[in-house]
Amino acid sequence: MSFLRDLYGTFIRISIAIEIQYRASSAIWLMGMVIEPLIYLVVWSAAAEAQGGTVGGYGPRDFAAYYLVLAAVNQITSGWHMWEFQYRVQQGQFAFLLLRPVHPIHGDLAENVAHKLAMQVALLPALGLLALAFQPRAELHAWSLALFVPALVLAFAVRFVFEWALALACFWTTRIMAVNQAYFAVLFFLSGRVAPLALLPDWLRHLADALPFRLMVSFPVELVLGKVSRPDALEGLALQLVWLAAGSAFLALLWPRALRRFSSVGG
Amino acid sequence: MSAAPAISVEGLAKTYVVPVREAGMRAALRSLFRRESRRVTAVDAIQFAVEPGEIVGFLGPNGAGKTTTLKMLSGLLHPTSGGARVLGFVPWEREHAFLRQITLVMGQRNQLVWDIPVADSMERNRAIYRIDAPRFRRVLGELVELLELGPLLERPVRNLSLGERMKCELAVALLHEPQVLFLDEPTIGVDVTMQRRIREFVAAYNRRTGATVLLTSHYMADVEALCRRVIVIHHGRLLFDGLLSALVASFASHKTVSVELGGPAPDLSSYGEVVSRAGERAVLRVPKADTPKVTARLLADLPVVDLVVEDPPIEEVIERVFAGEPAP
Repeated sequence: MSFLRDLYGTFIRISIAIEIQYRASSAIWLMGMVIEPLIYLVVWSAAAEAQGGTVGGYGPRDFAAYYLVLAAVNQITSGWHMWEFQYRVQQGQFAFLLLRPVHPIHGDLAENVAHKLAMQVALLPALGLLALAFQPRAELHAWSLALFVPALVLAFAVRFVFEWALALACFWTTRIMAVNQAYFAVLFFLSGRVAPLALLPDWLRHLADALPFRLMVSFPVELVLGKVSRPDALEGLALQLVWLAAGSAFLALLWPRALRRFSSVGG
Repeated sequence: MSAAPAISVEGLAKTYVVPVREAGMRAALRSLFRRESRRVTAVDAIQFAVEPGEIVGFLGPNGAGKTTTLKMLSGLLHPTSGGARVLGFVPWEREHAFLRQITLVMGQRNQLVWDIPVADSMERNRAIYRIDAPRFRRVLGELVELLELGPLLERPVRNLSLGERMKCELAVALLHEPQVLFLDEPTIGVDVTMQRRIREFVAAYNRRTGATVLLTSHYMADVEALCRRVIVIHHGRLLFDGLLSALVASFASHKTVSVELGGPAPDLSSYGEVVSRAGERAVLRVPKADTPKVTARLLADLPVVDLVVEDPPIEEVIERVFAGEPAP
């Protein structure tokens, strides 16, 4: 345990140093993550006003609350390892990761956590300013705020594990871009970024419920905004745990095969 | 009784499956339905052993299979057939206890983090290899002294010259005091002074720690300075395994005879192939067997001031080996 504590501590310290080094590009990256929900917020608010104040029970200030929380949740749960893996394999960097007596997922996880920690310095004030401008409205409950924390951590964990597993596809195809694009398109629709899932047609909502995407982003957002009943909240958390277990098992199964594939093809 | 070899390789082979397609639209369309591939044998059933503490030069032209072999021995590649043991481990099982005792340095790639000081990359490897603080300080101190890294540690990697980066690369790769070093062209692209420094460092490291070193290089100066023994592979096959001096002796068909005369050098082509002639000096290439006869004739016939008989440069010998010319 002390080994892992030291490993994560060191990795996070170094990653934060890199973040500071790359602060300009991090700021641009972050801007992208805030601008996207902002656009949807403006579009949906306009739609609500055109329809006499609400769409599907959401008024402009409800959309403001939804998209501001979503911007934070989406940033905190996001990952980029699917792009990173492609680079690693093409540049021959993966070999160095495999020479180390430690699973490469540790470094990636630490790096991700470090990036998130560093980014909050800018993200939270930015969202605060936007909150002043857009006047969000939400029903906050102590219990849902308390459950939001584990829901957010689990959302991150589910998303991280699935994206890391999917990134391993780069050992089987050199055209990983196509896989990534398909994944992000589905994630975009079914995680609640285009619209709150409650506004989607029934069949799409059922699809979202059957897949893990809602649990990666939308569920914690719904939870904190008081859109989820208490039993549904507990069910959501349980589902997150189930998907995390399934994703981890999938990853554990896939990793030795990916390694075997890598080591027979060469890097 | 001798200890077990640090590296032993038996019938090790690696075949890659490479997709092939002819140029042009028709071939592209055809490949939509039927993918064709070709098997390329990179390493073809090679066999050798390296004793603990040895520095062995692993030579061969580009594409000979050197890097593939090093990757198999460091656990990055699975062989197609055959076996190998490094420090008693099967490398491609990639046990952590094995990975902690080896290192692979690839001259053309680097593992240092580009935008942060070298010291941070050192710190990262400290955590990865579970090096405790006193040992970390001791090893780092030694490496800093041997490689003269002092002023480099605090600089971001991107501000280092290629040679400086290579020194840091070596230091980071050796921080965990590996017992087996796989060095794949560690001096590629750096200037001659830095090449010499790196060579001296590898020799000193080997003396100090008794580590086993398997080294590939296209610079014969590296090989001559570091390796008594060389293994030559070509097209994946083992061509030679033995002392460097034996390689030269068996593959050098000629000797170089340099003469300095009391006056302008006349036409010496009746003595041997004239490599150069300028003023009073001439250099001849003479078949090895004829050398005693030719030197005796030169001394008898001409006003010789100085005469030197040498083996041809090692590059020339290696070229002959790579060209597949049989030993005379």
